[in-house]
Amino acid sequence: MKNKYSIFSLIKNALSGHENWQRAWRDPEPKKEYDAIIIGGGGHGLATAYYLAKKHKLTNIAVVEKGWIGGGNTGRNTTIIRSNYLWDASAGLYDHALKIWEGLSQELNYNVMFSQRGVMNLAHNLQDVRDLKRRTHANRLNGIDAVWLNTEEVKKFCPIINTSPDIRYPVLGGTLQKRAGTARHDAVAWGYARGADALGVDIIQNCEVKGIKRNGDQVEGIETTKGFIKSKKIGVVAAGHSSVLANMAGIRLPLESKPLQALVSEPVKPIIDTVVMSNAVHAYVSQSDKGELVIGAGTDSYVSYTQKGSHNIVEETLRAILELYPIFSRMKMLRQWGGIVDICPDASPIISKTQIKGLYFNCGWGTGGFKATPGSGDLFAHTIANDEPHKLNAAFNLNRFVSGDLVDEHGAAAVAH
Amino acid sequence: MFIINCPYCGERDQTEFSCGGEAHIERPKQPTELSDDQWAEYLFMRKNIKGVQFERWNHAHGCRKWFNMVRDTSNDKIQAVYKMGEKPPIK
Repeated sequence: MKNKYSIFSLIKNALSGHENWQRAWRDPEPKKEYDAIIIGGGGHGLATAYYLAKKHKLTNIAVVEKGWIGGGNTGRNTTIIRSNYLWDASAGLYDHALKIWEGLSQELNYNVMFSQRGVMNLAHNLQDVRDLKRRTHANRLNGIDAVWLNTEEVKKFCPIINTSPDIRYPVLGGTLQKRAGTARHDAVAWGYARGADALGVDIIQNCEVKGIKRNGDQVEGIETTKGFIKSKKIGVVAAGHSSVLANMAGIRLPLESKPLQALVSEPVKPIIDTVVMSNAVHAYVSQSDKGELVIGAGTDSYVSYTQKGSHNIVEETLRAILELYPIFSRMKMLRQWGGIVDICPDASPIISKTQIKGLYFNCGWGTGGFKATPGSGDLFAHTIANDEPHKLNAAFNLNRFVSGDLVDEHGAAAVAH
Repeated sequence: MFIINCPYCGERDQTEFSCGGEAHIERPKQPTELSDDQWAEYLFMRKNIKGVQFERWNHAHGCRKWFNMVRDTSNDKIQAVYKMGEKPPIK
């Protein structure tokens, strides 16, 4: 890496008034042709480019992004990372990502502020208890750390939770994954962008894809606002806009795009040192390093690309938050926003080849894609480079909607959908 | 969040309604003769349009009747509402 970040570079730049920091990645004009093009400069897309260059030595590649790096869902999520999914295929996929997270800051020479503060999932009724216990057992059989906590243990782990038996949905217990936690989402995009750029990847921002050109069953390139760019391999990682791009290529996807909302409070002193999620009442909360409560709300029930979301969804979430955490009753919320998430019928992603040669899709992450960023990039890079899926993403092919071999993760997905 | 003009009840808040997804997906006439690909098309594949989309809605907390709606998903503006069985007023 050209300018390695270290304590010495920090001191050196501090002494010169922080005026001589080099830019973290170039701002190139697109070449006429690339060996591969990634559409979408979010975390997943940048990670894909990084691993294509690093592990598969494909360095004549570009990432094209409609807006700016990390301005989409990468910068809009609630930064939760965990791998406690039910099925073997998902456990393999998400834990692969978690293992990469554990060494990511060192690998990228960029502090992604990965913090293994634990993620606790609460149970509020008998069926929750059964499902979560089953999931705990499944996780442990797959080598993923998971423990069941009873109500007292939940209270001990996170004392501000209201565990009174008198609330509408009392806390009957919960599961805890200690290796889970959070990371700084912008840093993930920036770290991968810087890493990919250092390996020769062109990151082209403000470049919207207007068409995907194919010659029969083979892709030829993309039509963009910066002109036509030729490539025989195109990987689409466009989250909420995946269907729009699929439409350009003349194929269909089993996706619906919906707004998912999140909000943050005013910053306060440390009060919650873990991540607590509750699917049943739909409230999840953690605290950022700045001190804001980071709260995840739900999706709207209808297709929309507006990046706003309905007010009633936020209201429902805050009602649940207030009942579970009466201590937050006088907190003021500072900001609310929405991101467009592409949801698959089985709540599992698609990392797959398509019926068109050289066209690959990485989509359908729905409400929980951030946690998988490094693993998704690694496996998608493998799929593009070899024109074959890695064994860890083989189950997440597009053909599963024809064969019926679905990976139903509605129970373990962050937001019920 | 928006106001929906229910063809039976008039203007009501969107929270009273539930969305039933893409409209005019025809149930297969000969289910036994469908291939797996055709089943996948019918069951799972969606247009998911950014722009003008035809969809089904139900006035769940009102008259509980189903109806169709034409809505621009890029700005949530409703362009038309029409009853089940009627032809869409916009192409």
